[in-house]
Amino acid sequence: MKRVYVEEDWCLACHLCEYWCAFSNSGKDNMVAALKNKTIKPMIQVEEGDKINFAVSCRHCEDPICVKSCISGALSIEDGVIKIDKSKCVDCYTCIMACPYGVLMPNEDEGIMQKCELCTPRGTAPYCAAHCPNQAIIYEER
Amino acid sequence: MNKYLIIGASIAAASAIEAIRKNDKEGSITVIGKEPYAPYCRPLISYALLGKTTFEKMPYRDASFYKKMKAKLILGKEATSIDKAKKQVILDDGTRLPYDKLLVSTGSRPFVPPMEGLDKVEKKFSFMTIDDAKSLEKELDPEAKVLVVGAGLIGLKCCEGILAKVKSIDVVDLAPRILPSILDDKAAARVQDYLEGKGIRFFLKDSVASFTKKTATLKSGTKLTFDLLVLAVGVRPNTALVADIGGTVNRGIVTDDCCKTSIEDIYAAGDCTTSHDITSDSDKILALFPNANMQGEVAGNQMSGGTLRYDHAIAANAIGFFGLHIITAGSYIGDQLDLSTKDGYKVLFTKDDHLVGMILIGDTVLRAGIYTNLIRKQIPLSSLDFEQIAQQPRLMAFAKKDRVSMLGEKR
Ligand SMILES: Cc1cc2nc3c(=O)[nH]c(=O)nc-3n(C[C@H](O)[C@H](O)[C@H](O)COP(=O)(O)OP(=O)(O)OC[C@H]3O[C@@H](n4cnc5c(N)ncnc54)[C@H](O)[C@@H]3O)c2cc1C
Ligand code: SF4
Ligand code: SF4
Ligand code: SF4
Repeated sequence: MKRVYVEEDWCLACHLCEYWCAFSNSGKDNMVAALKNKTIKPMIQVEEGDKINFAVSCRHCEDPICVKSCISGALSIEDGVIKIDKSKCVDCYTCIMACPYGVLMPNEDEGIMQKCELCTPRGTAPYCAAHCPNQAIIYEER
Repeated sequence: MNKYLIIGASIAAASAIEAIRKNDKEGSITVIGKEPYAPYCRPLISYALLGKTTFEKMPYRDASFYKKMKAKLILGKEATSIDKAKKQVILDDGTRLPYDKLLVSTGSRPFVPPMEGLDKVEKKFSFMTIDDAKSLEKELDPEAKVLVVGAGLIGLKCCEGILAKVKSIDVVDLAPRILPSILDDKAAARVQDYLEGKGIRFFLKDSVASFTKKTATLKSGTKLTFDLLVLAVGVRPNTALVADIGGTVNRGIVTDDCCKTSIEDIYAAGDCTTSHDITSDSDKILALFPNANMQGEVAGNQMSGGTLRYDHAIAANAIGFFGLHIITAGSYIGDQLDLSTKDGYKVLFTKDDHLVGMILIGDTVLRAGIYTNLIRKQIPLSSLDFEQIAQQPRLMAFAKKDRVSMLGEKR
């Protein structure tokens, strides 16, 4: 299955992926309308260091411990994509306790967890990879 | 064709079914459950009272799952004994069901110590099942005063679920602190303070000496009046089926890392068992949802000829009250590193180059799984920048080669 991979040597820490991710998950057609005057809640986060930067998002693990831990059955595997059923999530943070990559991000405004679903809700290929200016995020089969 | 039989229809059972079917498409799978429901998310009963979910949304898997897995659910029936010689399980209606491989995932039951006058209390509840929650829900009333005996996870989650729908809640516990199984004194004091701010009153280091219909007199002499009584003192694992036929039980059913009991072809998983906790190198009951799920998976896999092992068990729990989140894991042993700030409590425990435990409350819980993974995988702290990761859980603290493998290789 195609997944998102990170080439840390190429990441510029420009944070564009975070904006594109927030846009992708806003459900809106227009980036300005989706993001203007909003604190974005992306599902990809750039870690910045002295010499190195990289973007971290869900690995879509083959043996996902988040799915096994979720106390509401909200997390599941659908054709290899780790999905969240927001109507079931109770915001208990058990998945945050479990995920080794620290990629589940609570959305305090909505009171539910959010996670990368590889842009499948929008029906596009991952925006973070498509719009990375330096090919530091790659969407491919490995 | 193999006959798989499972006693107890809950989380461990659901994940065992899935694991069996991965290996064996043909064998028959039958599950016996005492409750009249297909496996449901037990921790959600407090969230249903809170209004954060509904009883309808609580099934762990929808009906199509059991169909697809060709698993037969026999619900509302109790298994009363196992005939290990004939390899049969006997139900309360006398039915005998044969098995080749048997999984016991009977969970636990509320433990109620003898308390004087308890029989005089009319409106008393346990808080373990959907039916418990439904019968408590019927009695909720803005004028009702509630007494909860037990300041553990279950008692306090119940408080969160009902606080807005009742007049007041008093909580009594013998322990000197709340959530004694997951918090130390300092952390418990913080959470207690927060809960008191929401209006809950605590009576700690105290217990009920006697009840009348609507009053409790505590050992200390304090008299409390109540309309509804919730008993959440503790739980006991359901081990009798295995103990009765000579299986090894040490508080919980004893299993090896293949989830096998001491009896041939009988496996056990979930809250009815003890797990080997790698952080303290000791056998404990780890009555937690993720553990039941992972144990069930290993049991199902082993029953159907697989080679998975249940060998990385740790205690790890997330619990929240009114928006205050708490994440804890491992054992509170070794050296303590207190990194608390005004917004968040954070204590890490290290021993022999390993992270072995943590208590996080408030803002410090974000990305906590990075720590949980260090504990579960016993990753040597010398292989990463511990000073950095202790401040903030980040993948940046890992050595480049480890990070490249984490983010650049197939998971
Ligand atoms: C209110 C509450 C909140 C919780 N919150 C959390 C949480 O936030 N996080 C967490 O990790 N864990 C939590 N837990 C614990 C979690 O629910 C359990 O760890 C998990 O449900 C264990 O699953 P299990 O498969 O072992 O069986 P259980 O869920 O214990 O179910 C066992 C089933 O077996 C049935 N059974 C028993 N004996 C027989 C028999 N002889 N014949 C037929 N059927 C039988 C029982 O009726 C029951 O339905 C909570 C528990 C409660 C009660
Ligand atoms: S794949 Fe889509 S949802 Fe996932 S991190 Fe990238 S932009 Fe966000
Ligand atoms: S949320 Fe974490 S554990 Fe779950 S699939 Fe993504 S990376 Fe893996
Ligand atoms: S926060 Fe939501 S998705 Fe995460 S474990 Fe809890 S219920 Fe599941």
